[in-house]
Amino acid sequence: MTHYAMVIDTKTCIGCTDCVDACRMENNVPEGLCYDWVVEITTGRYPVLKTEFRSERCNHCSHATCVEACPTGASQYWNDSNIVVVDATKCTGCKACIAACPYDARLIMQPQGYIGKCTFCVQRVQYGMDPACVAVCPAHAMHFGLLDDPTSTVSRLLDERDNYTLHPETGNHPNVFYLR
Amino acid sequence: MQRREFLKLSSAVASTALLGGGLTACSEPAEWQKMMTEAPAKITPTVCNICFWSCAAQVHTRGNRLWKITGNPADSHSEGRLCTRGTGGIGAYADPNRLLKPLLRVSKGGSQILEPVSWDDALNFIAERMTKIAAEYGPEHFAAMVHGAGAQHFLHLARAYGTDSVAEPAFAQCRGARDTGYFLTFGQGLASPEQTDMENARCVVLIGTHIGENLHNSQVRTFTDAVRNDAHIIVVDPRFSVAASKADHWLPIRPGTDIALMLAWMNVILAERRFDAAYISTNTVGFDELAAHVAPFTPEWAYGETGITAAQIRETARLMAMAAPACVFHPGRHAAWWGDDTQRARAMAILSGLLGIWGQKGGYYLPEKVDVPPYPVPSYPVPKTSWRDLTLKQFPLAGAPVTNVVLENSIGKDAFYKGLLVYETNLPMTIPNGAQQLAQAAQSLDLIVAIDVQPSEMTGFADVILPECSYLERYDGLRNDAEREPSVAVRTPALRPLGDSKAGWWIAKQIGGRLGLDAFFPWSDYKEVIDWQLNQVGLSLLELEKTGVHYFPRKTPVYSEPGTIPRLATPSGKIEFFSSTLQEAGFDPLPRYTAPKVPPSGYYHLNYGRAPQHSFSRTQNNPVLYQLMPENVVWIHPLVAAQFEIANGSYVRLLNQDGIVSNKVRVRVTERTRPDSVWLVHGFGHEARGLVLAYGRGANDAALMTRILYDPIMGSTGMRGNFVTFRKEITV
Repeated sequence: MTHYAMVIDTKTCIGCTDCVDACRMENNVPEGLCYDWVVEITTGRYPVLKTEFRSERCNHCSHATCVEACPTGASQYWNDSNIVVVDATKCTGCKACIAACPYDARLIMQPQGYIGKCTFCVQRVQYGMDPACVAVCPAHAMHFGLLDDPTSTVSRLLDERDNYTLHPETGNHPNVFYLR
Repeated sequence: MQRREFLKLSSAVASTALLGGGLTACSEPAEWQKMMTEAPAKITPTVCNICFWSCAAQVHTRGNRLWKITGNPADSHSEGRLCTRGTGGIGAYADPNRLLKPLLRVSKGGSQILEPVSWDDALNFIAERMTKIAAEYGPEHFAAMVHGAGAQHFLHLARAYGTDSVAEPAFAQCRGARDTGYFLTFGQGLASPEQTDMENARCVVLIGTHIGENLHNSQVRTFTDAVRNDAHIIVVDPRFSVAASKADHWLPIRPGTDIALMLAWMNVILAERRFDAAYISTNTVGFDELAAHVAPFTPEWAYGETGITAAQIRETARLMAMAAPACVFHPGRHAAWWGDDTQRARAMAILSGLLGIWGQKGGYYLPEKVDVPPYPVPSYPVPKTSWRDLTLKQFPLAGAPVTNVVLENSIGKDAFYKGLLVYETNLPMTIPNGAQQLAQAAQSLDLIVAIDVQPSEMTGFADVILPECSYLERYDGLRNDAEREPSVAVRTPALRPLGDSKAGWWIAKQIGGRLGLDAFFPWSDYKEVIDWQLNQVGLSLLELEKTGVHYFPRKTPVYSEPGTIPRLATPSGKIEFFSSTLQEAGFDPLPRYTAPKVPPSGYYHLNYGRAPQHSFSRTQNNPVLYQLMPENVVWIHPLVAAQFEIANGSYVRLLNQDGIVSNKVRVRVTERTRPDSVWLVHGFGHEARGLVLAYGRGANDAALMTRILYDPIMGSTGMRGNFVTFRKEITV
């Protein structure tokens, strides 16, 4: 399995939502919906504060419970990689995948009713390009690449920097990493 | 079939229908599936117009469908990455409320309405009135207020007609005070983009400026470079801004006391002799006066004014001095705050001079632009009365026309100005008290023309409204900014103009032609101007349309030799700590601290700023950006929220010291602000009903700025001296 990962540097992320905007434009996401979003976490009391921004999306899990939950095979790994996509022509809109996703990263497309989600911009990845969110980040806080390649930027950053994933306890093996 | 079974079945059908899917698969593939095999889109070069940063960009279209806009990878403003606003630029084209027909104010049945008219009717009306003003009073009695890349077309029209009263809010509401302060110290203002060498700095100091929310593209990148490089980041802000969250030193200063902090920083640097004595003696004047001036302003004194401890002041001053000259003070934009803003900028400039950062790596680099000559036109007539004659007696060192002075001189039958043309700037929400002044001026002015893409508040005051097409549908003048790497970039149309909307250059030429000024507009298409200019620097429009941006080698070094400065345009040719220019004009030759007014009990400082999703008051109706941020929220500290029993997420109205009440605005209860201050994003609370998305959403900070603190040196409208309290909104 080809192993893609996204690495997001919370040290430089400014929470500007450009990733959300670029995703919506690139993927023609309908009004009112989004495949990625930004979370702000502020801790402490004035004036001793810490604020972290986190751009979140589908984690393209190596062990994707959404793919397992799908009764029709619509939710699937793309091209023997960990990129999880939904083939709308097989999707009945049953929402089993929504229940199975620990990240609340799936949504019902309007008006068609199939399940939409972040695809890591597979239409770009197939040509070796970064996903739109990574390519637009004005803070250069987002990185994308192959974990199989130890010399890739993502591999190097994960080697060098303290990092975490969201809900590792699920055993889903998420592939969006956050640098502290 | 039993009735009960029927009911059961129908309810099952109803529920699946409601949820949209049914048990059959979707008949068409998902968007990503279609995109896997799609042919590449057509790419047209442009220069983004959503803010003034002017990033070179690429417009992707498929047939007549606008898909997306991305940064031009060859451009140093964007490095191939547009900001949130620029990425949402397609909303400027797709805004359903765009102006698409010229409109003329007519009286019908006792009330005034705006009636769609032909371009000929609208332009003839304008030309007749302008001709009459020129004949009766003289053309210098006409003023223009402009903004943005298209402003040059109307500056040209105004100068050709015979007036030099062309004002931009960019001066008196934005950069004017800071540029005046730097001009008095270094003989020149700071550039735009600012020449802050943050990517090479060891220490970055932000005083009130909030890079991050303030999404000026390459500036955000170089700021995050400084963060990546583990440079010291010192952020002075009453609010825990995004930049403050990246800082190793956040100084949550008491609003209005910045000069006190900076005097104390100078005091530490001088008392501890943390400066290069040889540099100071060679390159500066007025050091002894400065030393005597700052001696009393110890960190212990400043603590009482600023709330920043003496230890913090000393530590940060030492960090700056140790990093010097790789220590950069970002001067901020929108610097019209407390009425002493030129002096605040002076304090920043003097610190920069003390630390020797002008022209040094990691400080302020030396910007350069491309030597592109203007297209040859006849010389402009000299106006009998200049803007200077009206302005300098009030504000002696104003280096550019002052919008608020123009407005004041447009009110009443005896007012100097008789006509006003406003291009792409929304004055009622930009100039504090502007809406009231415009309402008065509208009673006496013989003509108000508004040229805009959208039915902004400004258009509501106009006699004639001319619909400009969006930046995606037109040519404009070349981008040629003074910066690190000199470059030119071009805006070209990716789509045909919607409706009857027209490019700014066409509108200016049409008005000019009707005023008998054909000689000033010898082109039939603006492409001729761009091509001629490019020919002078060895390029052509045809070539530049392929790449969008072109870089030229520098002719001068980007940094000075260490320890030296280039000859400056100050009277002494050196850095002026002591300003004889200020002294001769009757102002403090060294920055003096005046304690700001304290809010009355139960009132809070009204602070305002930017959001990464919007530009000024111009993008709230952009349907793409609207979705990212439909309304502003007011930040209130938890202690204050508890005292007023205001819940997070509820709506309140803000009531200022003069009884002005805002539109309702949602509350964000957060630790990220000083308890004595509230904060909200500027540009919301639109009252123009034509802006269907933006109308009535959020609060308009500008309307709450009834106490304006004018800078006596150059006339900017200080907007931070206002206080608000809360009125709870009953919601059902």
